[in-house]
Amino acid sequence: MNKGTSMKIHIKGGRIVDPVSGMDEERDILVVNGIIERISSRPSVDGSYQTVDMKGNIIVPGLLDMHVHLREPGYEHKETIETGCESAREGGFTAVCCMPNTNPAIDDESVARYVRQKGQQVCDGIVEVYPIAAATKGRLGEELSPMAELAGAGAVGYSDDGSPIASAEIMRRVLEYSSMFGIPVIQHAEEPTMTMGGCINEGFVSTKSGLPGIPPVAEELMVARDLILLRYIPAAKYHVAHISTASAIELVRRAKADGLQATAEATPHHFTLTDDVTASFDTNTKMNPPLRTADDVEAVRQALKDGTIDAIATDHAPHTIDEKEVEYIEAPFGIVGLETAIGLTMTELVETGLLALDEAIAKLSTNPRRIVGLPAIKFTQGEPANMTFIDPRAKWTVDVQRFKSKSKNSPFHGRVLTGKAIGVLNNGKMYIAGV
Amino acid sequence: MKLSGRHLLGLENMSRDELDLILETAVSFKEVLERPIKKVPPLQGKTIANLFFESSTRTRISFELAERRLSADVISFSQSGSSVSKGETLKDTARNIEAMKIDMVVVRHASAGAAHFLSRVVDANIINAGDGAHEHPTQGLLDMFTLREKHGSLENLRVCVVGDILHSRVARSNIYGLQTMGAKVSVCGPATLIPREIERMGVAVYHRLEDVIPEVDALNVLRVQLERQKRGLFPSLREYHRYFGVTKEKVQKASRPLTIMHPGPINRDVELSADLADSEHSVILQQVTNGVAVRMAVLYLLGTV
Repeated sequence: MNKGTSMKIHIKGGRIVDPVSGMDEERDILVVNGIIERISSRPSVDGSYQTVDMKGNIIVPGLLDMHVHLREPGYEHKETIETGCESAREGGFTAVCCMPNTNPAIDDESVARYVRQKGQQVCDGIVEVYPIAAATKGRLGEELSPMAELAGAGAVGYSDDGSPIASAEIMRRVLEYSSMFGIPVIQHAEEPTMTMGGCINEGFVSTKSGLPGIPPVAEELMVARDLILLRYIPAAKYHVAHISTASAIELVRRAKADGLQATAEATPHHFTLTDDVTASFDTNTKMNPPLRTADDVEAVRQALKDGTIDAIATDHAPHTIDEKEVEYIEAPFGIVGLETAIGLTMTELVETGLLALDEAIAKLSTNPRRIVGLPAIKFTQGEPANMTFIDPRAKWTVDVQRFKSKSKNSPFHGRVLTGKAIGVLNNGKMYIAGV
Repeated sequence: MKLSGRHLLGLENMSRDELDLILETAVSFKEVLERPIKKVPPLQGKTIANLFFESSTRTRISFELAERRLSADVISFSQSGSSVSKGETLKDTARNIEAMKIDMVVVRHASAGAAHFLSRVVDANIINAGDGAHEHPTQGLLDMFTLREKHGSLENLRVCVVGDILHSRVARSNIYGLQTMGAKVSVCGPATLIPREIERMGVAVYHRLEDVIPEVDALNVLRVQLERQKRGLFPSLREYHRYFGVTKEKVQKASRPLTIMHPGPINRDVELSADLADSEHSVILQQVTNGVAVRMAVLYLLGTV
């Protein structure tokens, strides 16, 4: 369902859960031309409004996935900005931040503009695409990217994601230069000299299977180094992408306590799965950082609870079936995540009682928006209507064939989840999922 | 009794009964190998493809011989380097060969999990002839067979695997198989070549041969690869030989004569001294003979269901 431009919508009977205002009430929302006209209990509505019944569903601020790979330009066989946005929309996201490991990389304002504009053209512009620009030219870790120009072209973060910013000298300069714009540096934290050739977490499971290991200390070392640099350059903002180890989490916890501008995100797979699943040699269990041990999963969950981890981001990383159906060592890292994020968050974190619903929503919307400097979404009269509709009780079975993403590489195929996005409303457009 | 699976991917999940069945079956095939006419008919009409994506003269010849002695039709294919770099995927290669109506596939590959992968994408019985650092089940079986032949039983037998445990599929298959049969397995090697948390597999870890030699009945000495030196895992072959090389002098400290095994090919006077390799305590050539019998047993049990 995709309603035309000029529209009046009466969203009826949903429960608004807004982590910003603390609102958690059943209210009707009237939206006119993309702006919230009124929020009230029983508004009198004339026939010009289209009524959408949200009874039993929850309405939350539009979700932002601050870590996705849209693959365009360069790898359109895996995903395009269009299919990536369709996947995001289906999964309940009204915005995504896309990583710069495209070809060419987003290390130049023309590429950043292209990505942003393409995002506005697809899916009726319902999903906003915010590029994360490369921190260094070509993501090679050698020279600074034109950060000011990239910020001007809409970049909301700097990262060489897929690779770490390995050189301490370059990282120092990246932190210093980026601090002028208040834009975060997002580090793929991995000490690369220790991880060459590795493909699963180094530990008991890699010892048993003989698959080359990625030592957890490689993540801890890089986070430790970066936080030491951040202490030296406290004006910078530093964000750890897809944090996965208990030890690195502890470092972030201490840095936050010391008042450093450090934030972190975790993926649904890192709070759900352990490296035990890699024993199947199923290449959909291969991602970087790798799945870790049960102790690490527990540390991720506790850090989500205590706020050390600010955001849930999927690291949506599409790869084709042919690319993934190879020997484990040869397979590319990564899984798709946009369409399972809400289900996994609700099932693993909310249903289990670890997070309150509004805390979980903050990790998927409010916090990542704050980290990348986007304004908070407000459920207030006169504000742009940007919201996600979730059926919190929907029990569904993940079927990769139904994914809107071009790629189907998910280890969650066949898993039963509770909680599903049923639609989004943003930029004056409404979308109901699965129709 | 039969094996529970259609494939032999590793020893990790095999039961004691299954391992016993293979070893007992191998005893009868070893008798066949002593006869003037060494050929028997059970796999007549079956076609077996040996896919060796990693060079291995010894294992391939052993499999081919086992297959021919069971009267199977045999084709062999060798190609080193990753299949990806050659432009055709492993899956395509396997499916193409299967399209020629192959009943069983023996596969050797540099990537751990390659045999598991093949078992998912083709219908033939898969026999793992070594996948990366994961498993080499027929080597594990022939080591067990040889030890059993020499010592009568594996129950409580003390076996130490010496060398590069980190990269060794032989070590893993030895640990899995021998432990299931009631043996006590330890490992000894430089700290850089012992994988993390291996103690959790129930093996004792030693870094000095002098410490482990008085405690065991047999040493399984692994081949050391020079390329590990380049990757910073040990300083030199000379130092390796001095501290981890198994020599006559060092094994004299044993409480009783030690059985010496080696999966071959030996770097003489590096991991194993030449005089010891050729001594009466060495069962290295028996291992080679037993390898054919054990592989016949595996092929027979999987191929005649």
